Amino acid sequence: MAGPQHIVSAYSEELESLSADILRMGGLAEAMIRDASRAVVTRDANLAELVIERDHEMDQLEEEVERQAVRMLALRQPMAGDLRNVIGAIKLAGGIERIGDLAKNIARRSLAVVDEDNREALKGIERMGQAVSRMLQVALDAYARRDPVTAIGVLKQDDDIDSRYNALLRSMLVYMAEAPEQMSARSNFLFIVKNLERIGDHCTNIAKVVHFIATGEQIGETNPSVTASNTKEALS
Amino acid sequence: MADTSPSHGSFSPAGFGIGGAKIECRGINVRYHDKVAIQDISIKIQDKSVTALIGPSGCGKSTFLRCLNRMNDTIEGAVVDGEIIMDGENINSPDLDPVTLRSKVGMVFQKPNPFPKSVYDNIAYGPRIHGLAGSKAELDQIVEVSLQKAGLWDEVKDRLSAIGTSLSGGQQQRLCIARAIAISPEIILMDEPCSALDPIATARIEELIDDLRLRYCIIIVTHSMQQAARVSQRTAFFNMGELVEFGDTEMIFTNPAQQRTQDYITGRFG
Repeated sequence: MAGPQHIVSAYSEELESLSADILRMGGLAEAMIRDASRAVVTRDANLAELVIERDHEMDQLEEEVERQAVRMLALRQPMAGDLRNVIGAIKLAGGIERIGDLAKNIARRSLAVVDEDNREALKGIERMGQAVSRMLQVALDAYARRDPVTAIGVLKQDDDIDSRYNALLRSMLVYMAEAPEQMSARSNFLFIVKNLERIGDHCTNIAKVVHFIATGEQIGETNPSVTASNTKEALS
Repeated sequence: MADTSPSHGSFSPAGFGIGGAKIECRGINVRYHDKVAIQDISIKIQDKSVTALIGPSGCGKSTFLRCLNRMNDTIEGAVVDGEIIMDGENINSPDLDPVTLRSKVGMVFQKPNPFPKSVYDNIAYGPRIHGLAGSKAELDQIVEVSLQKAGLWDEVKDRLSAIGTSLSGGQQQRLCIARAIAISPEIILMDEPCSALDPIATARIEELIDDLRLRYCIIIVTHSMQQAARVSQRTAFFNMGELVEFGDTEMIFTNPAQQRTQDYITGRFG
């Protein structure tokens, strides 16, 4: 973490450990998204089960982050940048845990998919899965470096995810209309695509939290266009 | 000699341009013999609010506080220059009588220092010498009201003749605040008023400060960052005789503009 060390070194260690846990959660979420969307395409039940299992670890890490953050608020009374780091960690842990839930849901639904025909649409799901996984990776990179400019870059990727979502949704609807008798099995695809889109939204929120941690400035719904130069100014 | 240029460095001189300033300091320098204690302090302090002065020991915050009631006059070798405008008048002007100034600017010190007299006489002393009461009944009224404002009346109303030093530490400090209030000041200076008190007595004083700020301009020096955060609306961070940053307390403690402020309040090596 940037800046000099605390006079109380245990305090610095606690802050570092909090960051390390967030990054572990993030890495886990990235892998869960990739594997879940891969399982949809490959119909790999083992891979899907693995994603479902890993959600337990995710929940445990979230609990640990919350416990640690509450403890630090009570015992250290963090100020300024430290306060933002601790509050931010609670918010990030919540967001990443939700991503884990959504990835688990995708993995579950992949087990219920019973169709081999539409390979092209399935490829679209995998590509969208890779795109949101990359988005999360960049957001976590911004977190690791406390870099607001990279965080803003993540927000800009959300439009790309939305257009992929709309295109995939349209093709899924056509695909479902082709075989009304398989409607209930194929409707799983709609939820899978929707879950990927929700993961993208969580990545956007994560990037906003990272921006807040780094600069103390919140990016509101109404004002998403904080410029890089503003950010530099806030940092100087 | 310290740099006396009118520039204020890189910090944003918060308070400038905002109405309701009670005290405006321009280019204050204080030296003790050859040693510069504070240099080029310019700050506007708002009325009816609490301003906290924080910073490491020897940073000049208490020296600055003592400028506001000319207490540095009493220190051998102290030289103060610059302007301190209070209600349109420069209090450093040689024409100004420090006694008159101090009837307008009350002060509360680190250790409770009641006079070795009764509770009643502790409060009545100031109004008597300043001739604020025309009769015994009026003086009784001032004593009661001052003790009520200081949140002490209910605890001492049945023992007004008890000696002030027989009260508990927290009560003694509230007695000193009541004594300061009794002369109807407009400004109250507090130099670490809670550092000798336990947490409950401290909370009582903080509750009192929060109440008093509706009527007075309060300036408090404190070593407790949490206390500054709890009681003040604006915070000034001093370091090595300079005013590093001055702004809304909420901003200072969540997102300070200066790295030096951030390092100090988070407890890091500068």
